Amino acid sequence: MLRYLLNKIALLIPTLVGITICAFAFVRLLPGDPILAMAGEHGVAPARYEELKQQFGFDLPIWEQYARYVGEVATGDFGVSISSKRPVIEEFKTLFPATLELSFFAMIFAMVLGIPAGIFAAVKRGSWFDQSLMGTALVGYSMPIFWWGLLLIIFFSGYLGWTPVNGRIDLQYFFKPITGFMTIDTLIYGKWAAFRSVLRHLVLPTIVLGTIPLAVIARQTRSAMLEVLSEDYVRTARAKGLSSARVIGVHALRNALIPVVTTIGLQVSTLLAGAILTETIFSWPGIGRWMVESISKRDYVVVQSGLLLIALIVMAVNLIVDVLYAVINPRIRAA
Amino acid sequence: MKKTMTFAAALLAASVLSGVASAKTLVYCSEASPANFDPGTTTGGNDFDASSRTVYSRLVEFKHGGTEIEPGLADKWEISDDGLVYTFHLHPGVKFQTTDYFKPTRDLNADDVVFSFDRQFNKENPWNGDKYLPNLTWDYYTGMDMPKYVAKWEKVDDLTVKLTLTEPNAPMLANLGMDFASIVSKEYADQLQKDGKMADFSTKPIGTGPFQFVDYQLDSVIRYAANPDYFKGKEKIDDLVFAITPDATARIQKVLAGECDVAPYPNPADIGTIKANKDVTLLDQAGLNIGYMSYNTTIPPLDKPEVRHALNQAIDREALIKSLFQDAGATPAENLIPPTMWSWDKDVKTDAYNPDEAKKVLEAAGLKEIQLWASDRVRPYNPNFQRAAELIQADWAKVGVKAEIVNYEWTKYRAEGKKKDRPGAFQIGWTGDNGDPDNFFATLFACSAIGVSNYSSWCDKDFEDLIQKAKKTSDQAERTKLYEQAQVIFAKEAPAFLLAHSQVYAVVRNNVSGFKMDPLGIHRFDGVDKAE
Repeated sequence: MLRYLLNKIALLIPTLVGITICAFAFVRLLPGDPILAMAGEHGVAPARYEELKQQFGFDLPIWEQYARYVGEVATGDFGVSISSKRPVIEEFKTLFPATLELSFFAMIFAMVLGIPAGIFAAVKRGSWFDQSLMGTALVGYSMPIFWWGLLLIIFFSGYLGWTPVNGRIDLQYFFKPITGFMTIDTLIYGKWAAFRSVLRHLVLPTIVLGTIPLAVIARQTRSAMLEVLSEDYVRTARAKGLSSARVIGVHALRNALIPVVTTIGLQVSTLLAGAILTETIFSWPGIGRWMVESISKRDYVVVQSGLLLIALIVMAVNLIVDVLYAVINPRIRAA
Repeated sequence: MKKTMTFAAALLAASVLSGVASAKTLVYCSEASPANFDPGTTTGGNDFDASSRTVYSRLVEFKHGGTEIEPGLADKWEISDDGLVYTFHLHPGVKFQTTDYFKPTRDLNADDVVFSFDRQFNKENPWNGDKYLPNLTWDYYTGMDMPKYVAKWEKVDDLTVKLTLTEPNAPMLANLGMDFASIVSKEYADQLQKDGKMADFSTKPIGTGPFQFVDYQLDSVIRYAANPDYFKGKEKIDDLVFAITPDATARIQKVLAGECDVAPYPNPADIGTIKANKDVTLLDQAGLNIGYMSYNTTIPPLDKPEVRHALNQAIDREALIKSLFQDAGATPAENLIPPTMWSWDKDVKTDAYNPDEAKKVLEAAGLKEIQLWASDRVRPYNPNFQRAAELIQADWAKVGVKAEIVNYEWTKYRAEGKKKDRPGAFQIGWTGDNGDPDNFFATLFACSAIGVSNYSSWCDKDFEDLIQKAKKTSDQAERTKLYEQAQVIFAKEAPAFLLAHSQVYAVVRNNVSGFKMDPLGIHRFDGVDKAE
């Protein structure tokens, strides 16, 4: 097991180097000049432009800029935002809990609905439920998040008035964050009304962000279940006269969940990508919106360090999933 | 143990800070997060709404809802006959805000004024560079040419400050009403420097404005309380909250749902819904802006005014404006400056639509092909450059001119567009900074702006003499005459096709009173009240 883990970690190193190159190159491939973006409508005189280029280090050869960047990142220095002048890591630490909280609820939403729906569709294969579920999952998977979010806001918040339009909590609740997770902080402070307000604010963004993972998990669970249900040991279990619920719940589901766990792990990157749009529509103060705003401001430092930090998280989650997979499926360890 | 202490501290903070906000709270759904709260270091309208217009005051102020200058922290001022020396007399007894992070021991004085400007240009000042914040650029101070015109700031006595210029510059007074000219506290700066917390100056602001800063949750909410010591009297609303809501549709839904009281910049598509709702009012005003298309006047045959006029005449401007601005509407531009600005000459008209006449001239000039530039960015003065380009392309095709549309991303677009040898017609625009005509005429068409913001590379001696003379004249009536003459020359020479001045909108709930649209595009909450 240790060897397996070390192998996996060793593989992360070239990935990490690749990511620093991509993050560094992508921002520079974006059309647009950060100094001109900063100067706004005024433009900037040529002499001043050169002066600023030098001040920000954009006059250095590209390899030197990269070496400088990697050197800083290696010492834990993720730089200072060109726009806000705050350290990137500080902004990330402030905003990440909001993204994590939303992603957590979206994942719970996707799993709680997706796994049972997938099981049921597999058991009732070919039924109207199975067909409509798979059709709905396809629609959910193809749903443009921006459109879906606005549609839900206009209907549930605007027309019915059931949910708040956006934000994380009603504005009358005002407290210093402790963990950054609103659900936890309101409970620590013992503010039940504030806690309820947080939950109400989570409803729509959770649905919007969870829609694609829900569709993926439902489809994956269904196909994994179908495969397992046709296995000999399931037939044997049935032949032994076990109840249908026991066959499905114990013999089939536990084995079917192995690929589902991997799928869930892979959805973390989908959630972080989806957060970019979801957070923008719902004014959710997380890292997705932070990245979008930084790209439009051509804030190189935030974009390249933000990309790197997000990639590190995705890599860490993938590593955990790999390990978990090995734990629940010993055949992997031996391979 | 440490964890217990942290938890106890957090609970203590909660007991002070938590709870329901007090009685009269106004919620403004702002469009973006502020970069920081030091208006000298930022450039965005949303930055200024959140800092200079709430927390700070200036020596002079723009009249609420207008562009005229009125007294601010300076009760009065004198300008020497040669236009070189400005003497400001400060309002006595102005207090800086008292908060949990700063308790002032003295009133505002001349030291604060001198410090507020000195930090923006004096490299020896510790607040000018990296010791304060990394990579400071002081964009507005340099962008408004302050280093060129300001010789020195001097304290005469505690309540008198003297500004000496290098040459007469009439727009200087309007510059001093701008956001970058906000007056900060030197005592607070000294305290932070002593404590080694200089960066706090940009995150925990202290000013003399109508509201004082309470808290900012990054990218989420900014909270202010009415400043009890405000020198013009405490505001009627107790608390002001900025709920940061970047999406325009969501912003308007929040106002309609009563979650916000005021929101700026609705989508044109939502204008109909807003007008149909009886709980809210749509406010609008012709913006202090201009959308136009610059011809490179140095490259034949665009160097001939008659060719430029003919290209203008070939464009069906009314149809173009209708298609671009739709329900949001816009005022067709007759002049470079908008009708809300002083010195606007109502008798000057731009070219009328006349494709037959245009065709004759263009054929005679032999103009068959032209480059027509468009970018991807939505601007207040032109919501869709690409669509505009396609419509103009179709109009020009009718008079025998084939336009090739050239596309670039916004910053690259402007970088390419301002090059002296850039060919063809370049769509661009401008939003005014300070309500002074010089901010349009000189910024956009002075000879010195070629290669920077004069996209026509147009340098006309008569026009230049007039605008430079107007810049050096203090008397507004005389300046008005000079700018009127400049407008006549502009119309005759036609260095650009003038499109429109767009309408600017805000949505306000009906129980809010005193909120005014501002031609400078700022959102102010002094004088605003809310009925329960």
